[in-house]
Amino acid sequence: MSNSKKILIDPLHINNPITLQVLGICSALAVTTKLEIALVMAGALTFVMVCSNTIISILRNKIPPSIRIITQLAIIASLVIIADQVLAAFAYQASKQLSVFVGLIITNCIVMGRAEAFAMANPPGPSAMDGLGNAMGYSVILIIVAFFRELFGSGNLLGFEVMPTVNNGGWYNPNGIMVLSPGAFFIIGFIIWIQRWISPEIQEETN
Amino acid sequence: MKFLRKQLDKLAPNFEKGGKLEKWYPLYEAADSFMFTPGHRSKAGAHVRDGIDMKRLMMTVVIALIPATLMAFWNTGLQELKATGTEAPGMLESILAGAWHFLPIYITTLAVGGLIEAIFALVRKHEINEGFLVTSLLFPLILPPDIPLWQVALGIAFGVLVGKEIFGGTGFNVLNPALTGRVFLFFAYPGQISGDGVWIANREAWADGVSGATALAQFYNGASPAELIAPTGETLSWWDYFMGWVPGSMGETSTLACLIGAVFLILSKVGSWRIMLSMFLGMVLTTLLFNAVAVNSYMEVSWQWHLVTGGFAFGMVFMATDPVSAASTNTGRWIYGFLIGALTVLVRVLNPAYPEGVMLAIIFMNVFAPTIDYYVVKANIKRREQRLELQ
Repeated sequence: MSNSKKILIDPLHINNPITLQVLGICSALAVTTKLEIALVMAGALTFVMVCSNTIISILRNKIPPSIRIITQLAIIASLVIIADQVLAAFAYQASKQLSVFVGLIITNCIVMGRAEAFAMANPPGPSAMDGLGNAMGYSVILIIVAFFRELFGSGNLLGFEVMPTVNNGGWYNPNGIMVLSPGAFFIIGFIIWIQRWISPEIQEETN
Repeated sequence: MKFLRKQLDKLAPNFEKGGKLEKWYPLYEAADSFMFTPGHRSKAGAHVRDGIDMKRLMMTVVIALIPATLMAFWNTGLQELKATGTEAPGMLESILAGAWHFLPIYITTLAVGGLIEAIFALVRKHEINEGFLVTSLLFPLILPPDIPLWQVALGIAFGVLVGKEIFGGTGFNVLNPALTGRVFLFFAYPGQISGDGVWIANREAWADGVSGATALAQFYNGASPAELIAPTGETLSWWDYFMGWVPGSMGETSTLACLIGAVFLILSKVGSWRIMLSMFLGMVLTTLLFNAVAVNSYMEVSWQWHLVTGGFAFGMVFMATDPVSAASTNTGRWIYGFLIGALTVLVRVLNPAYPEGVMLAIIFMNVFAPTIDYYVVKANIKRREQRLELQ
């Protein structure tokens, strides 16, 4: 596999930021009750990550090492504010439901982690790819989790009724755990299990 | 019998190493050792102090559960018949009616849980062990009689998968599988597993004015122990609760049946008396503390009542003592049991939105049991080191 393809594809499965590096768990629990919200969140994070990795990579030789964290934060924060404002202007409902979690992208470990680990040491092209790859890895998990939580928790998908619930005269009895955060924990746990089962080489060594 | 043995022997080569059905050996082994005494002998000198193995350990628990299971049949039927208008139902009649509710749930549990167990045994190439017999009997005993069977299936599937197999199977589980399944159902489908309408079977046919409220629900609504009423309206005494003639999960209502099981478990040294006693003491002391500061009627409920209501005895005897998920050092057992007892009363009295105090306390302390053991062992090492330095 070519290097750039590797940078892009690895975070989807064998180096996934959520299920392998266990970063960004907080938002994966908080914004995954509905598929639509998860999609908006995934979009916002992808925008922030690609831009922040590119900008930081361009500036990497100008940033003094002693104050690099604060510089990275300033760049990421500006991008997050842009994303937040755009959402508030064009997707008001979703923005309201995401509430603080768009703002909290600033503290998302994946964004900071990739800036520090990759963008500071690589040229802009690969950095942008790396940002995109990791954002995709994050988005894939978010979407899978939200898919199951919305489907089993409320019988809907993207707000459309898929399995009519008992309360609405249908047959499906919604599963209360899926609406609560532990539901996301269980699903992420199962994804972690299945991934390591498919690719045994990513299993952590036990002592 | 000889015929059966011959047939099994004829099949054996297919399942042994190199045979074409080698993969399915655990299934063959399970069928074989279920019907016949295993033929393996130890080859070197045997150093056996006691013949107890997993099979005997688990069967001992199953035997200890017999009184509670019989009461489950009897009382489930009795409550249903009374609520649907039969005056003074007979014993046989009640047991038959109870079996009608208990057996489908039990069979579903065995089928679904057993299937998962068998799949994992095949994939992991180990034998199907008897631990599941205990789990599959405990699980129906802590369910309400009217629970839909698909929920039973989902609950036991979750319990076996997440409570046990994820951690590596029997002997490695951090949580009690039966309780894990019930906790899952409690949070996933609260409508069918809590409230006043689920503890007696056949709700549609109840006579007018029947209330299925449990003792804990009545305490929560401000009743004092003397004011507890049965579904059909008459008052209930402590003795009724001790014997178990009250609505509740199928197998947990009778404190007496649980205590008979406890005696058996303690005499056979399968259940830890330390855990049972310390859990009891934790409950008594916490209750006395609440009694002293009582600001509402729930806090005034005395420890005798906490003992006989809400499945406390069942949790104390059969759930908290699960040798795998409980603490395994003796000091650790005291701490573990005491905290379960204390937490049970805390959850019941201070957070009545969750009436399942015992269940939540045990599952919570299951998580902490390894930590407790770790510090007990560490403290022991430290003590011995100090002793050595002094010499």
